[in-house]
Amino acid sequence: MLKMKSNLSHLFLPLSVMALLIIINLIKGADYFTISLVNGALYGNIPNILFGASELVILSIGMTLVTAASQGQDISIGVSATITSAVFVWFVLHAGEVTLLTIVAGFLLSCVAGLATGAFNGILVSIFKVQPMVASLILFTGGRSIAFMIDGKLSPILANDISNKIGTVIPGVPIQTPIILTVIFIAIVAIVLKTTNLRLYVESVGINRNAARLNGINPKKIIFLTFLIMGVCTAVAGFIAVNKAGRHDSVNLLKLIMMDAILAVAIGGNSLIGGKFSVTGSIIGAYTIEMLNRTLLRLEIEPAMIKVFKAVFIIILMIIASPVVRAYAKKTLDGIGNRSFSLSPLRVSGAESAVEKED
Amino acid sequence: MKKILCVLAVLLAFGPFVLSASGQEESGLIKVGIVNLPPEESGYRQANVEAMNSVFSEANGYDAKQTNTGENSEQIAAAKGYIRDGVDYLLISAANASGWDDTLKSAKDAGIKVILFDRAIDTATSNYQAALLSDMAYEGNTAVEWVLGLDLDEINLILIRGQMGSAAEIGRSAAVLKAEKDGKLNIVADGTGGDSWSLEEARKVVEAAIAAGKDFNVIYAENDGMAQGAVQALEAAGISHGKNGKVKVIGFDFNRFALRNVQAGYWDADMQCNPRQAAEISRWIQSGNIPSGIVYQEELLFTTDTITDADIENWGINADPGKGVVTR
Repeated sequence: MLKMKSNLSHLFLPLSVMALLIIINLIKGADYFTISLVNGALYGNIPNILFGASELVILSIGMTLVTAASQGQDISIGVSATITSAVFVWFVLHAGEVTLLTIVAGFLLSCVAGLATGAFNGILVSIFKVQPMVASLILFTGGRSIAFMIDGKLSPILANDISNKIGTVIPGVPIQTPIILTVIFIAIVAIVLKTTNLRLYVESVGINRNAARLNGINPKKIIFLTFLIMGVCTAVAGFIAVNKAGRHDSVNLLKLIMMDAILAVAIGGNSLIGGKFSVTGSIIGAYTIEMLNRTLLRLEIEPAMIKVFKAVFIIILMIIASPVVRAYAKKTLDGIGNRSFSLSPLRVSGAESAVEKED
Repeated sequence: MKKILCVLAVLLAFGPFVLSASGQEESGLIKVGIVNLPPEESGYRQANVEAMNSVFSEANGYDAKQTNTGENSEQIAAAKGYIRDGVDYLLISAANASGWDDTLKSAKDAGIKVILFDRAIDTATSNYQAALLSDMAYEGNTAVEWVLGLDLDEINLILIRGQMGSAAEIGRSAAVLKAEKDGKLNIVADGTGGDSWSLEEARKVVEAAIAAGKDFNVIYAENDGMAQGAVQALEAAGISHGKNGKVKVIGFDFNRFALRNVQAGYWDADMQCNPRQAAEISRWIQSGNIPSGIVYQEELLFTTDTITDADIENWGINADPGKGVVTR
């Protein structure tokens, strides 16, 4: 009971933000949840959000783990996804006839590329102790040129039937393929977190590196591992993005997505200086950002002002999420219920409060 | 110690220029220095750099060097290097429109003719010989003229702008906004693809318009990627477009995939933004008859009815998916 309560409580922030957005959307028009069937696939605002957010969701899962273990952020994720998808496109276009096999092989190859970019960042961060943001700045700066070279200095076209189905719908399946792929990915992550000690290790390293080392966990290995996982996340996100777009645009593919991914982690109630983490929160955070972007469009805010509105909304969010407001909310909540429970996995007042276990 | 380090750093920074400045003798070739942006900036730039390389080649009687960087300070340093080299012509596409006055003046003093291409510089026209530019307002006007000539009872248009405040966005949007003001068309949704002219953002703009129940029959997307995103949204919503379709679609930039889509009747039209200034500039130099001031390039608009394979081959930029292949 206590555990369930605490799970729900740390999702309080992302869920309340989402609820707020839903209310705004419903005020604008009561048909917000309407879903219809178009060409055999579900169509409506909700499917659109799920479709549009797929890459962001996948990347924010990786970002959550990197943040938790390394106490910093990887800003090269969009660039990394551009490189992995360039490898994918290169393979598919050079493998002769496009079959399901070449697509899968290309995807696996792009995962290898993702592991390579992840390892590059991971080595810099874990072994050379470079700040994650500085380490990933290298790839962020030079990566698109690498992708451009892999592309043969052009934007190659991926106009084949299978890619088209991956980017839109498979006939007979009522849900768009990117949504299905995202769900599969989330399921795999959930299984890994449930069946392995990954969460425990990552959190220990993130909370106190030295304490983790004294307990027999190698922090270098764990941090390196989170960057490898991030690499796989970028490969999957790049795969979805490039199949959606139908061509590889090394200049603009997933540009600036790291901002939204970091924001998703923060909205998800995670601390950006590492420690305990909630992947569920980040996933909800990612969908919330997508919903926010679309809400601004639905409110027909003029193009020149749209960024300002987004910024204002985010400032409000961050204030609500700040330790000061949270501590106040916790106090109030404690006053209401007679049992006290931790409001969030966020380290409100330093490492001590986060170390206490709640099982 | 510090001083020695400073000297070393200066030597390292300027060494390459010194080396390239020696080693060159009279060869009868026209010496050209080209200061350009890097090809990975965009498909447009890629075609632009490629054209510069192929036109200003030794076979065509040029001894040309090209510097590609997106940093204004590096561009200025490169331009100064070319001036020291004593080039005959200096071709510049500036990363930033300001900060060039001194460099341009020293080129003028050295008797070097400066020709700007693609991007204008904020300076007195006397500081350079000529500028060969794309007229974004002309592009917008031509595209809007096509929209107005579509024979629709009422034009309800979705405007998808590029990066707000960029020259291309201002020029291409102005024509639409003016037509609306004159009562010639209605803008039912006004959105932007943001700073990266994003396909995904464009798709969201159209999805939002569909969700709001807007009735529209024209999509005016200010580049090809955004037109592609817009059409993806139409496809997902089951709205017909292109030849014989309900919604007419126009994009900009002449990417070959976009031209193939126009040819296949999947889209309706595409407006050129010509990156190949090299040939025209070379003609000027060869004839010795260089115009002064700003010169606008002639640019084309192709529709499903007018486009040919040769047009796609000659005018398109980026990879060609092949005849009949539609890029969704």
